[in-house]
Amino acid sequence: MSNDQKNNGIFDKIWNLFSSIKLAVVVFSVISITSIVGTVIEQQAEPERNIKLLSKLFGDSFAPAAFHILDTLGFTDMFRSWWFLALLFIFASNLIVCSIERLPKILKVVREPIRPLAAEHLSALPIKKETVLKEQSGKVLEYASDILKRNGFRAAVRQEDGAVQLYGEKGRYSRVGVYVTHFSILLILAGAVIGMLFGFNASLQLMEGTASSVAYKSNGTTIPLGFQIRCDYFNADFYDNTDIPKAYRSRLTVLENGREIVKKEIDVNNPLRFKGITFYQASYGYAPGKDSVFEFKVTSKAGKKEDINVKFGETFTIPGTAVTGRVVDFSPALGADESGKLYTYSEMMNNPAAFVEFLERGAVKYRQWILVRYPQTWKVGDGIVEFTHLWGVQYTGLQVRKDPGVWIVYLGCLIMSVGLYASFFMNHARIWIQLKDEKGGTKVVIAGTANKNKLSFEHKIDKITNQLRVKGQR
Amino acid sequence: MDSSLFFGIASIAYILAMVAYIVYLAFRKSTVGVIATTITTVGFVSHTIAFIMRWKEFYEIGRMGILRAIPLTNLYESLIFFVWCLILGYLIIEWKYKNRSFGAFITPIAGMALAFIDISGMDKNIHPLIPALQSNWLLAHVTMSFTAYATFAISFATALMYLVVTSENKKGAPYLFWTITLGIFVSVLVAMGIDFFVFRVAAGSPESFIKSYLFKATFRNSSAAVSVVSYAAAVAFIYIVWKYGLVLRNVITSFSISPSLLDDLTYKCIAVGFPIFTLGGLVFGAIWADQAWGRYWTWDPKETWSLITWFVYAFYLHARFLRGWRGTKISVLAVIGFVCTVFTYLGVNLLLSGLHSYGGG
Repeated sequence: MSNDQKNNGIFDKIWNLFSSIKLAVVVFSVISITSIVGTVIEQQAEPERNIKLLSKLFGDSFAPAAFHILDTLGFTDMFRSWWFLALLFIFASNLIVCSIERLPKILKVVREPIRPLAAEHLSALPIKKETVLKEQSGKVLEYASDILKRNGFRAAVRQEDGAVQLYGEKGRYSRVGVYVTHFSILLILAGAVIGMLFGFNASLQLMEGTASSVAYKSNGTTIPLGFQIRCDYFNADFYDNTDIPKAYRSRLTVLENGREIVKKEIDVNNPLRFKGITFYQASYGYAPGKDSVFEFKVTSKAGKKEDINVKFGETFTIPGTAVTGRVVDFSPALGADESGKLYTYSEMMNNPAAFVEFLERGAVKYRQWILVRYPQTWKVGDGIVEFTHLWGVQYTGLQVRKDPGVWIVYLGCLIMSVGLYASFFMNHARIWIQLKDEKGGTKVVIAGTANKNKLSFEHKIDKITNQLRVKGQR
Repeated sequence: MDSSLFFGIASIAYILAMVAYIVYLAFRKSTVGVIATTITTVGFVSHTIAFIMRWKEFYEIGRMGILRAIPLTNLYESLIFFVWCLILGYLIIEWKYKNRSFGAFITPIAGMALAFIDISGMDKNIHPLIPALQSNWLLAHVTMSFTAYATFAISFATALMYLVVTSENKKGAPYLFWTITLGIFVSVLVAMGIDFFVFRVAAGSPESFIKSYLFKATFRNSSAAVSVVSYAAAVAFIYIVWKYGLVLRNVITSFSISPSLLDDLTYKCIAVGFPIFTLGGLVFGAIWADQAWGRYWTWDPKETWSLITWFVYAFYLHARFLRGWRGTKISVLAVIGFVCTVFTYLGVNLLLSGLHSYGGG
C-alpha cells in the first residue's frame, strides 16, 4: 500500500494507516463488538434495571461491580460516549483518506477512453473467442457494429494494415460506484451531526382544546416553538370488537399571534410539518376533568335531528318531545365480566360509555348505557342518541422534532442507492473485435475485459459471437 | 380451502425434500435427486399459492390498500416468507449450476425455520395492522430485508461447504470451525425435533416458547441428569463430526464442486444481498422510522444488530482485497455474518427488547 518514493515520516505513516483497508476492517470489528454490548446493556436506563440484568449473567455478587465497570466505561450510554463517537470519527476519516488516495487513480482510468489494441495485447486478454465468417470484412463490419450497439456498446472503428478493429466499452463510470457509496455514508454521518448540533428531539402532551408554545426535552429543558400548537380533537379507533388500535388521530392547529395558520389531522405515519418543526403522533392518554363535553347526535322518532353538547349532569332534550336526558355515569372502557356485571376494564378510552338517565315530566322514564363503539346501544325509547365523542378528557402525545440534517441524510440515502447499484450490479466492460480478411472469408477475433462479474461478461461475449455467426451465415 | 392447507403442503414438501437431498448426497442416486427437486418445486408452487391466498385473506380482513395487506407483519409470516425466498434462491442456483448437492445444505435451513414455527406453537392467525405498521414502507422494507436474509442463508451454506472442501488438516482452525458450527447446527435442529415429539407444544408466543419450552426435553430439562446427558450427547456428536468430517469432504468433492465455485457463489450471494439489505433493511427502515416516529436512528437493539450484521458483511466485502484473506478466512466471515443475521432476525425479538413487533406473535 505504501509508496516507496515517499519519505516515511510520521504524517505519512498515519496517512497510510488511514487509507488502508486494514484499518477499515479493524474499525468494523471494534464498532460491531462494542455495539453488541450496547444492545445487551439497556441504554440510558435506571441503574437497577441493568444491575438486575447483570446479576442474571454474572450472579448477584458480581453484578454491582460489573455494572460499575461498564458504567465507568460508558457502556450504559455508549452510543453517545466519547469513545464511540471517536470510533465513528475514525471510520469517517478512513473513508475520506482512502477516497483521496484512490479516487484520482480511478478517475484517470475512467477518463481514459478505450483504445484499439495491438494484436499481441489482444491475444493476451482473458476472455477471447475466434470464429470465421464467409463474408468479406467490409460486410461484416456493417452488421458487427450493429450487433455491438444492440448489446450496449457504441463501437469505434480503426483500420489497420490488413485488418479492421471495432472496439467499445460500457459502464465506465461504474468504477466510481464504490466511492459514491463511501461518499454517501459520509453525507449521512454529516447529516446526523448537523441534526445533533442544530436540531432537537422533544415531546409534548396536549389536552384536547389546549395549546402550547413550547415542547419539552427528555431532560426537562423547555424548547420554545416560535408559534402555538393546539389540539382540537383526538380520537383512537379500534378494530371491531377488539382493543387492537386501528388509528390514532389528532386534529392540530398552528397559531401565530392568535391567528390560525395551518390545520391538519395527523396520524401515526402522517406527521405535521411547520417551519422546520415536525409533530408526530406518538401516544395518547386519558385525564378526566369536569369541563369535558359529551357530544351526541340525537334523532327523535319523528326524524328531527340535533347535535347536542352537554357536560356531565347537564340536561338536554330529545328534539320535538318532552323527554330530557342527562349523563349520570361514565366509563372510559366499559366491559362486562362473565356474570354480566359491568366494570371499567382500562384507564384508557378503549370503550367509552355514558350512562344516561331519561326523564319525562320530572319522573325517570328509563336509564341506559350508550357506547361510542356500539351503534346497537344508541337506540332509546324515544329515538336515537348517538354518542359520538367525549371531548376534553384525552391528551395527544406528540413527538416534536427539528432536524435540519434530515434532508442531508435522505440525500445520502439516495446517493447510496445509486452507488450500491453501480458497485454491485454494473461493471466496466470493454470489447474489441478484430476482423481480418482471409481466403474466402473473414477471421474474427473477439476479446474483452471486465472489472467485475467476469463470468456473465464471458456469456455476453459468447452471445455476441453467436449473433455474428448467425448473421454471417445468411 | 384456505392458505393454511397450502402452507401445510409446502412445509411437508420441504421437510421431505431435505431428507431426499441428504439421501441424494449420501448415496448419489440420480433418481433421488430428481425426486428431491420435484418435491421442492411442488412445495414451492404450493407455498406461492398459499402466500397469495393469505395476502387476499389479509386484504379482506384489514380493509386497506392491497400493498399494505402483504402478509409480513409478524414472526410467523416473516419466517414463512424467508423460507420462500430461500427455496426460490436455491432453485435458481440448482438450475443455473446444474448441481443438486447444495440442496443438502440449504434445505435444512428451511427445515429448521419450519420446525421452529411448529414447535414454538407461534400464532398463525391473521391480525389487523397496528397504526405504526400501516405504511407502504412495510412492503419495501420487509420484502427486501428477507430477500437479503435468504441470500445470506445461501452464502452461509456455500461458505460452510467451502470450509468443508478445503480444510484437510484436522488440527487446523478452519476444520475445527466448520465441524463445530455444523455440529452445533445439527444438534440444535435435533434438540428442537425432540422438543416437538415430547411436548407438541402450543406456547402461544415465541417468547413464552423460548422461556418455557425450547430445549426443555434436552439441554434445559428439569432433571439435571437429562440435561447433562444432552450436553454430553451434543459434545459427542460434535466430536463425531470432527472425527469423520473428512468423509463429508470426500462426498462433496465427488460432486465436482470446486472450492473456487463455492467461493464465487458465496461472494455472489453476498454481493446481491448486501446492497438489498443496506437499502431495504437499513435505509428504508430508517426512512420509515423517520416518517412514523420522527427518528431515523435510535440505536434500539434491532437497528444496532442490523448495523452489526451490515459491518460483518462490509468486512467480508473489503477483506477480499486483503492479502491472505481470500478463501478460508472470508468464508468464516460469511458464516459469522449469517449467525448475526439470525440474531438480528430472531434473537433480538426473542431475547432483547425493541420497537419491532415481530416476535410479539
